[in-house]
Amino acid sequence: MSNKSALKVDSLRKSFGSELVLDSVSFDVPEGSATVLIGASGSGKSTLLRCINLLEQIDDGAIFLDEEEITNPEIDIDQTRRKIAMVFQAFNLFPHKTVRENITLAPVIVHRLTRDEANQRADELLKRFGLYEKAEQYPDRLSGGQQQRVAIIRALAVNPRVLLLDEVTSALDPVLVNEVLMTVKELKEDQSSAMTMVIATHEMGFAQQVGDQVCFLEGGAVVEIGASAQVLKDPQDKRTKDFLRKVHEAGRL
Amino acid sequence: MSSTGSESREGRGEGVSSDGRALSSGGWSPSEREIRRRSFRRRAALRYGLIAAGSSALVLGTLLIVLVTSPGFTTLSDTFFNWVYGAQVLPKVLLGFMTNVTLTVIAASCVAIFGLAIALLRTSRSPALTPFRFLATVYVDLFRGIPMILVILLVGFGIPALRIPGLTNNVLILGTLAVIITYTAYVAEVLRSGILTVHPSQRAGARSLGLSHFQSLRHVVLPQALKRVTPPLLNDLIALIKDTGLVSILGVTDAVRAAQIASSRSFNYTPYVVAAIVFLLVTIPLTRFTDRAIRRSIERQNAQGLA
Repeated sequence: MSNKSALKVDSLRKSFGSELVLDSVSFDVPEGSATVLIGASGSGKSTLLRCINLLEQIDDGAIFLDEEEITNPEIDIDQTRRKIAMVFQAFNLFPHKTVRENITLAPVIVHRLTRDEANQRADELLKRFGLYEKAEQYPDRLSGGQQQRVAIIRALAVNPRVLLLDEVTSALDPVLVNEVLMTVKELKEDQSSAMTMVIATHEMGFAQQVGDQVCFLEGGAVVEIGASAQVLKDPQDKRTKDFLRKVHEAGRL
Repeated sequence: MSSTGSESREGRGEGVSSDGRALSSGGWSPSEREIRRRSFRRRAALRYGLIAAGSSALVLGTLLIVLVTSPGFTTLSDTFFNWVYGAQVLPKVLLGFMTNVTLTVIAASCVAIFGLAIALLRTSRSPALTPFRFLATVYVDLFRGIPMILVILLVGFGIPALRIPGLTNNVLILGTLAVIITYTAYVAEVLRSGILTVHPSQRAGARSLGLSHFQSLRHVVLPQALKRVTPPLLNDLIALIKDTGLVSILGVTDAVRAAQIASSRSFNYTPYVVAAIVFLLVTIPLTRFTDRAIRRSIERQNAQGLA
């Protein structure tokens, strides 16, 4: 893992009407590393990811991808989004397309791969994540875990610089949670080509296994940020301690 | 460049930011970067507006000039847009239009009820209803496939020819009946397609709560289905308003017939234009109103509109 910053969030501010959702949020995501966002529901994790994917217009601050400011309104949003992929809590697969068609849609029509190249790449990814036999199926016929893994593959198929994962396991049962988390972990296995990721999650065990850096948000502000083992095992701020204790009491650590 | 972004953080809660600017309420004022961004967006919006206005002026202006300078323009405007004559025939056209409106209200109500009944019948699964399902399918196939003008002629002239005592000879009633028969077939299919687009999981969710088949339809499936098919239903309503004009072939004096009578007396076609405008005055506001209603209901339900 190099120390070059792939994604940098600087003093990000976002409000919906009079409600301030993100307040001076700053952090750096080094290339090939994973930053995990933790915090209660409503702490601003999802909004932060949506801002990074330019799905929300920010009120102040800036976001940099490879040192280029992507929140600059003068640059092309679609060009930027080609470099950032997002996986959603509710999968957001296209129900009218098969698994393979879901995966090859963007590579073919956005990235101008030929149909054969796109299919070949889709099949490689499907094999790698053990879903090859589902290629011709429609999403509705798959289990939740399989659907989410397809969504991850769909995001990977465009070779993104950064992968955003928004509570990707919240809609799944514990067994399925594990298969999805294994998939995400696999993206970090290969050190030479590890995926740069920003992950919002409620799974603390997973945060520790996959996260290089953990960022605890409360009320839209960064309360504590640091190496995952440090923040999760030895939190400094009282609010982080309270949050982790509550999670622990709920039996999720 | 990158240091400007942190100004707001430093200035927060102090009343005055580092460069002495007064802060807005909440202790935050936009950074240099955000101010630049906003002014860029403002300029972009202005540029957009100017280009839109310029291109509109160019295209519409050219069209107008071509029209006005064309050799037949004076004849054309006198034959089709003689507003003095138009004002004279307006009361008659409006009187006729009342027939269209009455007919539309009655027909639309009946079509809504019968169309829904047939759609529900065709989507039902009960084995006892099999013969009715079959008949409903035959009915839809038949009346969607026959030109409405033939249905109007068959019903309007055919039923009186039977000379069955007690059956009406009133062409207005018979004409309305023909319109209802045809449109019920169309609307039933639109409603049926709407019902089929609601995901089976919705029905499962309702049945799991103990709702009966009919209750699930009434409270869960139909409300979603209706919302989805509102635009095509509106299409059918507007088509219905216009098609009520077809009953004029039975001798009913509606707006179309009134205009026809007037123009055949004067050999001037302004009455037709007047009738067209009267129809537009009803259909365009109806379209806009429905569009807005649909958009609002979508916005209310979906949290995330953007993307």
